[in-house]
Amino acid sequence: MIQLAGIERIFQVGDETVHALSNVNFTVHQGEYVAIMGPSGSGKSTLLNIVGLLDRPDKGIYSLEDLNTTELTDDQQASVRCHKIGFVFQFFHLVPRLTSAENVELPMILAGIDPGKRKTRVQAALSSLGIRERAKHRPDQLSGGQRQRVAIARATIMQPDIILADEPTGNLDRTSGIEVIQILEDLNNKGMTLIMVTHDPELGKRASRRVRLVDGKISTDTGNS
Amino acid sequence: MKPGDAIQFSTRALSGYPTRTLLMILAMAIGVASVILLTALGEGARRFVTSEFTSLGTYLLIVLPGRSETTGGPPPLLGQTPRDLTLEDALSLTRSSAIRRMAPITVGSAPVSWKHRDREVSILGSTADLFEIRHLSMAQGRFIPTGDPTRGLAVCVMGYKLKTELFGNQSPLGEWVRIGDRRFRVIGVLAKKGQSLGLDMGDVVVVPVASAQALFNTSALFRILVQANGRDAISKAKKAILSTIRQRHEGEDDVTVITQDALLSTFDRILVAMTLSVAGIAAISLSVAGILIMNVMLIAVSQRTSEIGLLKALGARDAHILGLFLAESAILSLIGAGFGLILAFLGNWGLARAFPRFPITAPIWAMGAAVLVALLTGLIFGVLPARRAARLDPVQALSRR
Repeated sequence: MIQLAGIERIFQVGDETVHALSNVNFTVHQGEYVAIMGPSGSGKSTLLNIVGLLDRPDKGIYSLEDLNTTELTDDQQASVRCHKIGFVFQFFHLVPRLTSAENVELPMILAGIDPGKRKTRVQAALSSLGIRERAKHRPDQLSGGQRQRVAIARATIMQPDIILADEPTGNLDRTSGIEVIQILEDLNNKGMTLIMVTHDPELGKRASRRVRLVDGKISTDTGNS
Repeated sequence: MKPGDAIQFSTRALSGYPTRTLLMILAMAIGVASVILLTALGEGARRFVTSEFTSLGTYLLIVLPGRSETTGGPPPLLGQTPRDLTLEDALSLTRSSAIRRMAPITVGSAPVSWKHRDREVSILGSTADLFEIRHLSMAQGRFIPTGDPTRGLAVCVMGYKLKTELFGNQSPLGEWVRIGDRRFRVIGVLAKKGQSLGLDMGDVVVVPVASAQALFNTSALFRILVQANGRDAISKAKKAILSTIRQRHEGEDDVTVITQDALLSTFDRILVAMTLSVAGIAAISLSVAGILIMNVMLIAVSQRTSEIGLLKALGARDAHILGLFLAESAILSLIGAGFGLILAFLGNWGLARAFPRFPITAPIWAMGAAVLVALLTGLIFGVLPARRAARLDPVQALSRR
């Protein structure tokens, strides 16, 4: 379903041109659990941003469900992001002035869903993640683990096909990190494709497929069929 | 994204930063209030002048001896005309059906004395109709009696101030005062009325016109006040006056007729122009408020960069972000305008208390225009920050914490 062919991404840093990604070929099927690993600066996040349509490759073709996304306009890409992709970030990226429930509601507001439907879906999502009693709390009143659960609820509220997680446990202690990973794995078991960037080898081992990036190139890929 | 949701989201964003929101609302409020108050002051000045003119009398025409035309010669001052206006001229005017009342006026200055007290004041020779035409009112006694204006009765009516100076608290009614070399009996005292276009009606003595003419040994009139039968009759009355006087003066147009309306509308135009220019100056303060909104919104955009990146990651289009930030500016300006209206209302009330004689009322159009201009400035100056927000690159926006 995700097909990257000959993807290149070049950044200009001062006089130098940096090949963040060069000639990346990569296919992910529906329901896979992929860990993208590698040292910092190897292009993991860039790859994730391209898959998440936040960034455009300089070269190559990215097809998502047989749709050539490089030909889409910004607005069409925004709509794909809204309906098919959920992001989970290292720094949670919750809006500080909004409550948990309102943060989870955001994607539905952007998608233009009726307020009545929104409330019930938010309640359901929050209960399934065990943070229902935190619905009226603002992010600064929540622990790190709770914040990341709110972020996961927000990422999944539109029932996307793909979850993209960029170091989801990077800012959490070990116990809440494991909890968050389990939540993400549960979602994967229900059929969502999970692509996770991490530099933690232990987390990487849990994934059914590990892709290792070095200097913008895929060096090993355990499950490329 | 639904408009209601956008407004709610923007409102939450504004209440999330109360200090900057309050400061911007204050700036907008001051701008709007100053536009409304300055317009109200201008409008007040206009009404003040209008009411001054109406206190002169309604449907009034003033007949002056001499012609005021631009065909050379000195401007018509007293004594410039070959033919004087006479009492007979004045009396002949009453035959026109367009003219309701007429009061001839002779003015002079003479010493007025009672016992040992002596004052030099203006002497106004006129008829009973002056009372109605000038909207006078009496404090004591009665006005000059109606009757044949050519007969000079030895009676007089004095202004309130003069009465106090000559008689103190005593009643002057029935007393004889000496004016110049003649004696007059006091039959009334005018009520305190204050000024009426230059002539202080507290400091005059009114005598029958024939008596004044005898006193100053002249047959000329200073002017004739004419009250037309109604607003529509004013122009007809003017024509009637001109043709009557022409007949009597052997075919010469040697009088000038000033209508109150012509005077009024001239003043009206001047004052409306003044009001508009003052309001324009006030509008500059509104645009200053607009620039302030732009600055603070730009700061808000850089403060909320990661939030904008997040919204984009969640599927917000550029138009959504643009709309959200524009809605913020619009809400700010509208709330600011609302407070501005309240501020203007309070200022209005304060001014009205401080200057009760000056009619200060903000015209409705000024309020509407101020609010509209406030909203427009908010939107126009909100476009730049909103576009900057919409064009942010989501990857960079998210990488900043």
